[in-house]
Amino acid sequence: MMPCAKPILTPLLSFIICILLWELTVRYSGWDKNIFPDPLTVLISMGELIRSGCLLKHTVASLFRVTAGFYLAAILGIPLGIFLGRNYTAALFFNPIINFLRPISPLAWIPLAMLWFGIGDQPAIFLIFLSSFFPIVVATTVAVQSINPTYFYVAANFDFNKYEVLSKIVIPAIIPSIVTSLRLTVTIAWIVVVAAEMIAVQSGLGYLILDSRNGLRMDYVMDAMIVIGLIGLFLDYIMRRLSNIESTVWATVER
Amino acid sequence: MGNILVKQISKEFCNRRHVNRDNDHLCPHGDVIPVLNKIDLEIKEGEMACLLGPSGCGKSTLLRIIAGFDKQTSGSLTINGKAVDGPSSNNIFVFQHSGLLPWMTVWQNVELGLRHIKNPEGKNHVILEYIQMVELDGFEHHYPYQLSGGMQRRAELARALAVNPDILIMDEPFSGLDFLTHMKMREEVVNMHQFLEKTILMVTHDIDDALIMGDRVVVFSNRPSEIKVNRRLDFSHPRIFEKNPELQDIRDELFLMLGVSYGV
Ligand SMILES: Nc1ncnc2c1ncn2[C@@H]1O[C@H](COP(=O)(O)OP(=O)(O)OP(=O)(O)O)[C@@H](O)[C@H]1O
Ligand SMILES: [Mg+2]
Repeated sequence: MMPCAKPILTPLLSFIICILLWELTVRYSGWDKNIFPDPLTVLISMGELIRSGCLLKHTVASLFRVTAGFYLAAILGIPLGIFLGRNYTAALFFNPIINFLRPISPLAWIPLAMLWFGIGDQPAIFLIFLSSFFPIVVATTVAVQSINPTYFYVAANFDFNKYEVLSKIVIPAIIPSIVTSLRLTVTIAWIVVVAAEMIAVQSGLGYLILDSRNGLRMDYVMDAMIVIGLIGLFLDYIMRRLSNIESTVWATVER
Repeated sequence: MGNILVKQISKEFCNRRHVNRDNDHLCPHGDVIPVLNKIDLEIKEGEMACLLGPSGCGKSTLLRIIAGFDKQTSGSLTINGKAVDGPSSNNIFVFQHSGLLPWMTVWQNVELGLRHIKNPEGKNHVILEYIQMVELDGFEHHYPYQLSGGMQRRAELARALAVNPDILIMDEPFSGLDFLTHMKMREEVVNMHQFLEKTILMVTHDIDDALIMGDRVVVFSNRPSEIKVNRRLDFSHPRIFEKNPELQDIRDELFLMLGVSYGV
C-alpha cells in the first residue's frame, strides 16, 4: 500500500478477522449461546437496544459524566500544574500529597463518594474527576518544569512581564504535552466511568452492563461493551486530531 | 550608548552533582570551581569585540553575566556607568543554540521586541524592514523548524536588531553553519556593524572570525581564566590575510597562543 493512502483497509481487516474468530469460537467451543452469544445474536439485540432508545439514553448519560468530570479536571488541573511547575516551594509542599493520592484507585473512593454525594450523576462525575485530575496535574507540572530555560532568558531579555511569560512562553510551550496527556487521560476517564456506573448510579453504559447481567442477557452485556469500545476509539480519534492543530506541530517536528 | 566596563570580575560555580536551580547561591561544602579570575575589560561604545579562548574557559559565562542572566561572584560590572542588575532589552543576547521561540513564526518572533509600538501599521512596517534586512522575506509566516540553520540565525539576528538595542551579545553565532553560510553571515554582521554602529560582543572559536570582524580581540587563558591578549584591531575592511602581513602575524601569534601549530 502507498504510504500516503488513507490506511483504512488494514484496521478494518483486523476487525473482520476478530469477528470471524469470535463466530468460530462460539460455534466450535460448545458453549451455550446464552453464555457466549454469537456475533449475529449480538447484532440483532443491538438493534433492539437502539430501537427502544435504551442504548442512546445510557450512552448520553455516560458521555455527559465523562465530559463533565474530565473538563472539571482539566480546568482545575492545568492551572494547578502550571503553578506547581513555576513555583518550586509550592511544588515541594503539594507534590507529596498529590503523589500520595495519585495511586489510590478512583474506585476506592466509591463508598465515600456515594456517602457524600448520594446516588446520581454527582458521585460518578466526582470519580471521573479524581481519575483525570492527578494525571493532568502531574503531566502539566512536568511539562512546565522541562521548558528549555533559554526561553525564559529570551523572555527576560525582551522585558516580558509575568503575564506575558505565561501567555507567550509557558502556555504555548506546554500545549503539546498537555494534548498528549489529555489524550491518555480521557481513556482512563472512560474506563472509570463504566466502573463507577456499576455501583453509584442507575443509568449509563456501566449500569446497562450490570442490569443486563442481572437479567442474564449476555448479548446486551456484549452490546454495551462494543459501544464502550467504539466510543473509546472515537474519543481517542478526537484527541489525536487535536494533536494536529497548528500550535502543537512545532513540537512533533524533528529539530 | 553602549559602554561596557568589567572590573575585577570573578565567577565561581558550585561543584556538585545535583544542581538545585532555586538556591544556586548556596554552596554547602565550599567546593567551588573558579571560572573567571579577576577579569578587567572595557568595551567602548560602537566597538565590536571578539572573545576567543579554549573550550570551557568561561566565555559564555562572562557573556551571561554581562547580559544580566547570571551574577558575578565578585567584582563590578557597569554598562553606560550603571551597574547591571538583570536582563534588559538594551542588550540583546543571541543564543549559541537557537533562541527563537519555536511556537512562533518568524514574524511573531521579530515582533517580540516591538510590543511597545502601539500603531499596528508602523509596527508591521518595522517588522518587515528587519525581515527584509536579513533577506527572509517570503518566510515571514514560517516556523523556525521550517527554516534552515542559517536562516534561523538570521531570523534571530533580525529579532535582536529590531529592538534597536545599544549592545548585541552573540555567543558563537556561527557555530554549526556550513562554510559558505558562515562566510555570508560574517559579511552580513560586519556590514550591519558598520551600518548601525552597535556595540557588539561576540564569542567565537574561529580565530579568523575574530581577526576579520573585530575591532578588538580578547583572548582568554584556561580556567580559571584571565585575559591573555586584549588588542585593538584598526585595520580597514575588507581584511584579507594575504594582503596584510601584520594581520597575518597576529594570526600566527594567536594560533600559537591557543596551542595549535598553524602549519599542520
Ligand atoms: N551552571 C553551572 N554550574 C556549574 N558549573 C558551570 C555552570 N555553567 C558553567 N560551568 C562551568 O564553567 C566553565 C565555563 O563554562 P562556559 O560555558 O562559560 O565555557 P565556554 O568558554 O563558553 O566554553 P565553550 O567554548 O565550550 O562554549 C565550565 O568549565 C563549566 O564546567
Ligand atoms: Mg560557550
